[in-house]
Amino acid sequence: MWRQMIPALRMTLWLTLLTGLLYPALVTALSQGLFPVQANGSLLTQDGRVIGSTLLGQNFTRPGYFHPRPSAAGSDGYDASSSGGSNFGPTSQKLLDRIQAAKSAEGLQTNIPADMLTASGSGLDPHISPANAQLQVPRVARARNIPEPELAELVNRHTEARTLGFLGEPRVNVLLLNLAVDHRWPARP
Amino acid sequence: MTPNGLLQIAVYFALLVLLTKPMGAFMARVFQGERTFLHPVLAPLERICYRAAGIRPDSEQRWTQYSASLLAFSFVSLVFVYLLQRCQGWLPLNPMGLGAAAPIAPDLAFNTAVSFTTNTNWQAYSGESTLSYLVQMAALAVQNFASAAAGVAVAVALTRGFARQQATSIGNFWVDLTRAVVYLFLPLSLLSALFFCSQGVIQNFAPSTKAVTLEGRPQVIAQGPVASQEAIKMLGTNGGGFFNANSAHPFENPTPLTNLIQMLLIFVIPAGLTYTFGRMVGDQRQGWAIFAAMAVLFLLGVFVLYGAEQSGNPILARLGLQTAPTATQPGGTMEGKEVRFGIAATALFATITTGASCGAVNGMHDSFTPLGGLVPLFNMQTGEVIFGGTGAGLYGMLLFAILAVFIAGLMVGRTPEYLGKKIEGKEVKMAMLALIATSAAILLFTGAGAVIDFAKASYWNAGGPATANLNNAGPHGFGELLYAYSSAAANNGSAFAGLNANTPWYNLTLGLAMLVGRFLIIVPMLAAASRLAAKKKLAATTGTLPTHGPLFVTLLVGTVVIVGALTFFPALSLSPVVEHLLMLQGRLF
Repeated sequence: MWRQMIPALRMTLWLTLLTGLLYPALVTALSQGLFPVQANGSLLTQDGRVIGSTLLGQNFTRPGYFHPRPSAAGSDGYDASSSGGSNFGPTSQKLLDRIQAAKSAEGLQTNIPADMLTASGSGLDPHISPANAQLQVPRVARARNIPEPELAELVNRHTEARTLGFLGEPRVNVLLLNLAVDHRWPARP
Repeated sequence: MTPNGLLQIAVYFALLVLLTKPMGAFMARVFQGERTFLHPVLAPLERICYRAAGIRPDSEQRWTQYSASLLAFSFVSLVFVYLLQRCQGWLPLNPMGLGAAAPIAPDLAFNTAVSFTTNTNWQAYSGESTLSYLVQMAALAVQNFASAAAGVAVAVALTRGFARQQATSIGNFWVDLTRAVVYLFLPLSLLSALFFCSQGVIQNFAPSTKAVTLEGRPQVIAQGPVASQEAIKMLGTNGGGFFNANSAHPFENPTPLTNLIQMLLIFVIPAGLTYTFGRMVGDQRQGWAIFAAMAVLFLLGVFVLYGAEQSGNPILARLGLQTAPTATQPGGTMEGKEVRFGIAATALFATITTGASCGAVNGMHDSFTPLGGLVPLFNMQTGEVIFGGTGAGLYGMLLFAILAVFIAGLMVGRTPEYLGKKIEGKEVKMAMLALIATSAAILLFTGAGAVIDFAKASYWNAGGPATANLNNAGPHGFGELLYAYSSAAANNGSAFAGLNANTPWYNLTLGLAMLVGRFLIIVPMLAAASRLAAKKKLAATTGTLPTHGPLFVTLLVGTVVIVGALTFFPALSLSPVVEHLLMLQGRLF
């Protein structure tokens, strides 16, 4: 084994240079040139300030905004520097307690969409299900004093179908929807 | 299960079958030293690699030299990754100043170094808050290439053992390693990294972005060179995420389309290698038989997992959560899952990532239903042979093939043969050594973890029982422990992530399990390869068990399942099985 140490050392250093530095440098150069928006996080700006990323969920608690799913990322949820899920198992008392608390806070009874009270794996899920969004329409409309049918129509327009018609699930991007609501009815809640 | 979910699974599997032949044929050419369409561009790079490492590419190695090269390479890599982590505070490409105040602890650095050099990618740390961009790239991503290439090299060497006759050598480790990196991993990674980036995976060296949300709250968005790492993480069946949430994180896996490509990248090389195997041993049907056995086990797993997750958790259903899917919401258990993927794409991903020794996750396995969590556990405990890791899947399945013909031979009282090679005591002993070593690592460490108790001021863990590190109580808690050591010994790297594994006790024992699971399979398999290469090929007679038909496939599947079931059924019945029954009764812990 000791005779193989020299080639092992040289190979490790060479692969570090090739696959650890040159390869990511090449990918960075190409992607910054070809896809500058995506490569930097698909950031959204408003009045010159970054307000988030189209790909990442963020906290919304005001009644006049659509709310995202519960989040286990960071201490307050949607911490984009501390991703993760709750890791509660199916027979966890803590999971049950959390869901029950959220359920009474949102005033829900039955037929709750499966994603509505459950935390995502990343804690940064930008999406909710269309059923979840429609269920929130009355609250948002009331808080903003705007017509419900028009708001429901806006939600429909922001509902993305399955990719290529069959991949994944239909979904609504909460941040983009809330931006659209703000845009359509500019008075802030 | 929904028609759309089944369609996603069917399309995925069809794409995999379609890719197997071209991928396998290409790899056969690469590893036999023939020219491919990439040679005009990449042959100079291959030559540079040999010159840089000082290797004579035309020399062949006996199995002892081959193993020594692999072990030396892994050892140097391990030390290198360890040192880079310990020193990251003083090194460049660290805009967030991670590890500057307090360096990464020795036990964590050891665990991570072992983890990435053994192709496990178990992560006791959380990427975005622990490691600098330099360590992610120059230490971890390098091992993503190197450990995957080493696995492929071993599979190719073992294949040569079956293909050659009266030979003393089984190839050259450095050549196999270099060719895997240059012709396979680099070009495919480059292409998929760019595709990922087009879909939204980030690739930059900027510090975290400080955003102010619509409601006026601060949100710190972690950045980094993710796309380059993401590609090789999947392709090399490594699975170590740039971020803590791994492929559930929208910056790693932003769309259902990237999800599909990531799943294909995991299986494309392991599946292709079955074809390479057939090509190199001169009988394509032998490769397809191995493929078929893997596919049967894979599809069984998918449907059990998908069925369990889609039918959901009755405890949550009683709270009013919908478990039946509708056109506008996914149903099932969505705790730990992303809306964009839903149930089917998460169940499929989980089966693939644990069938291969990848370990990337796009949903949290810890929050799966008990039977949904049973499938990943079983996949890992049967030794990652359901397509398996790059290379590791093929040599693992060949280990079972040796065992299967041995058992068949015992039943009819004939000397077992596989591909015309007599399977004798030595080969069977080597296969058994590998099997027993990994099973022992899983069960003994899990058992120790379940009972060990630490003194108050212990260095190894917080005072009290090691089970205090679990996130869940009851049978699920035991499941977290069993999953951790299964994952480590199988070199998978996924987790029931609730377990706080970042203590010296867990870092050390999981590190040891990973080393056992890697090298106590590789070295015996190389020894077996050498014995096989030395033998003559016997002509098939009417008494030979054909190893390319449904009979052999059934026998092989049966061997995998029975060995797994006999070894792990008691442990599994203490966790997912009993948990399932308790969940149906509505018991909580």
